[in-house]
Amino acid sequence: MSDAGAMDPADAFASAADLGARLAETGYVGDDALATVAWLGLRLHRPLLLEGEPGTGKTALAEALAEALDLPLVRLQCYEGIDATQALYDWDFPRQILHLRAVEATAGAGSDLGDVEDSLFDERFLLSRPVLRAVREAPVVLLVDEIDRADDEFEAFLLEVLSTWQVTIPELGTVSATTPPVVVLTSNRTRELHDALKRRCLYHWIDHPGLAREIAIVRSRAPEVGVALAQQVVGLVQRVRAEPGLLKPPGVAETLDWARALAELGAREVDLERAAATLGAAIKYREDALRVREALERILGG
Amino acid sequence: MTAPTTHSADEVLLGFARACRAAGLPVTADRERTYLTACAAVGVADAAGVHIAGRATLCSTPQDLDRYDAVYAAWFGGPAPSVSRAPRPAPPVTAAPLTDPDHDGRGGPDEDDSDIVRATASATEVLRHRDIAELSAADKRRLAALFGALKPVSPTRRSLRHTGSNHGPVDGRRILREQLRRMGEPGPIRHHTQASKPRRVVLLVDVSGSMSPYADALLRLAHRYVVGRGPVEVFTLGTRLTHVTRALRQPDPDRALVAAGATVPDWSGGTRLGEGLAAFLDRWGRRGMARGAVVVVFSDGWEREGPDLLGEQMRRLAALAHRVVWVNPHRGKDGYEPVQQGMAAALPHCDDFLAGHSMATFEAVTRVVARA
Repeated sequence: MSDAGAMDPADAFASAADLGARLAETGYVGDDALATVAWLGLRLHRPLLLEGEPGTGKTALAEALAEALDLPLVRLQCYEGIDATQALYDWDFPRQILHLRAVEATAGAGSDLGDVEDSLFDERFLLSRPVLRAVREAPVVLLVDEIDRADDEFEAFLLEVLSTWQVTIPELGTVSATTPPVVVLTSNRTRELHDALKRRCLYHWIDHPGLAREIAIVRSRAPEVGVALAQQVVGLVQRVRAEPGLLKPPGVAETLDWARALAELGAREVDLERAAATLGAAIKYREDALRVREALERILGG
Repeated sequence: MTAPTTHSADEVLLGFARACRAAGLPVTADRERTYLTACAAVGVADAAGVHIAGRATLCSTPQDLDRYDAVYAAWFGGPAPSVSRAPRPAPPVTAAPLTDPDHDGRGGPDEDDSDIVRATASATEVLRHRDIAELSAADKRRLAALFGALKPVSPTRRSLRHTGSNHGPVDGRRILREQLRRMGEPGPIRHHTQASKPRRVVLLVDVSGSMSPYADALLRLAHRYVVGRGPVEVFTLGTRLTHVTRALRQPDPDRALVAAGATVPDWSGGTRLGEGLAAFLDRWGRRGMARGAVVVVFSDGWEREGPDLLGEQMRRLAALAHRVVWVNPHRGKDGYEPVQQGMAAALPHCDDFLAGHSMATFEAVTRVVARA
């Protein structure tokens, strides 16, 4: 772990503006509110709960935070049916069996049963899953992605860990974090989170960025895209986003993909033909594609 | 900040947090404390920082943000400092003052004289098959009691996990684990199969004017689902979409119905099925609620707007859901043809088209849903 990693993340930045500037250096262009909330999260040791439309940079913030703090990022992707063994720890059974066989072969019958058992539940047979890793290796940035996909039970379990920063392994004892990890939870709101979990967290809704900020994001994330192209693509996406009745308005991630796709084709400016050909980078539904193609003709043709 | 100098900063901030609570934000004592700590961290002189600190600590849904900003403007004077762009518009769920939910005509006491106990098997049997729209108030009350016997079973889906079984693939992990317990001594071969989980059921109940004779019975049916096992969500459709699962989630059916009635603002109004479905899909369905679920639509298919929107939304619904069941109370009547434009537009996207005008047909509906 690096030197910067050894210090408490709470003291890493003197003010929200510092953090915002450092995040911008890593290529994450956010607004003041987001920087302030993130800084407060560091200061108060509170998890950040980020909600927003898909593709607005919720996950990217965690990655940028890890880079800005120079800490490793531990990621826990949630899914339906995830349970504590996938989040905390598990024992490596096949290796334990092998070890057992080895002990039998070498020591014979004379060995003490207690010692053998102790050696079986040794740290080296422990498979650390993300949450335990975050607790053991703190300070780290722990990203709990798409928490809304997990079940209520898992949320309750997470709440317990988030409030105590302790994990108890019956065979080994209790592991607690010296400095609480920086935690970022993201949610797409497919399921309403429990209020107890929300109370623990600092809440922030990430919206689609405005024109200037989105251009800055494209410029910083995809430097290969020219200024003129970036401005045009972002302008286009912003107008498409305002189009009524889209099933899935394109997010920032889609803007980036589209700009990169156009740059890949060697475009310096957006023309109707290339825009229509690369539309699949930004629009993922057939109904939307039909609508947007009409709009493109209106915007670019007119 | 325009607070009078006689109050300390903490007092002003705490008062603001209380005002937020009074405005309906979920502010609890621990949130207040976090808010004060956060304000101290950004410094109370930093008005924009204090504003953001409050947003992060006192709010927990996008809808809270609007309300928070309004209280902020009222408390500290002047408009709230602008933060990025305006949050999302509020979802179409609103609490409205109580409209009369009692459509079961539990009306005048003078009707009680007909309420002789005729609980013979044959009378109940007749009641089960009669059209609910034509029942007398006394019969409706007896019918309400019959709902208690309805035990809807959730459909199941395969889960990711495995459970122990006498057949199926060999469970290597379990064998090793048991072997470990016996210090490496080999033991019997264990098997496992994929476990099953209850599948989500989503009920969309049309409560418009044309459905009003059935609305009470349908909500009673929905209540049986909600109090049963397995994940269930209930919405009412009328001129707008209302989420009533929470209101129905109490054991007593009559109370649940009153609570649902208090939640639904558009009882016996017009129908905008297409718009209601679109709101459901945008707000809930596509984000996961309808995905892989069994969706049951209780409606007669009367659509005030054109049928195009309804057809399109039904197509989206069918693409998301595991099975779409349409229950139409008129289906069971002699000479019924699904010729209403709305019904005709929706039918190609339905997996099942069932009758729903009597207790017996409701039982059939629960059987179809359980099998789905």
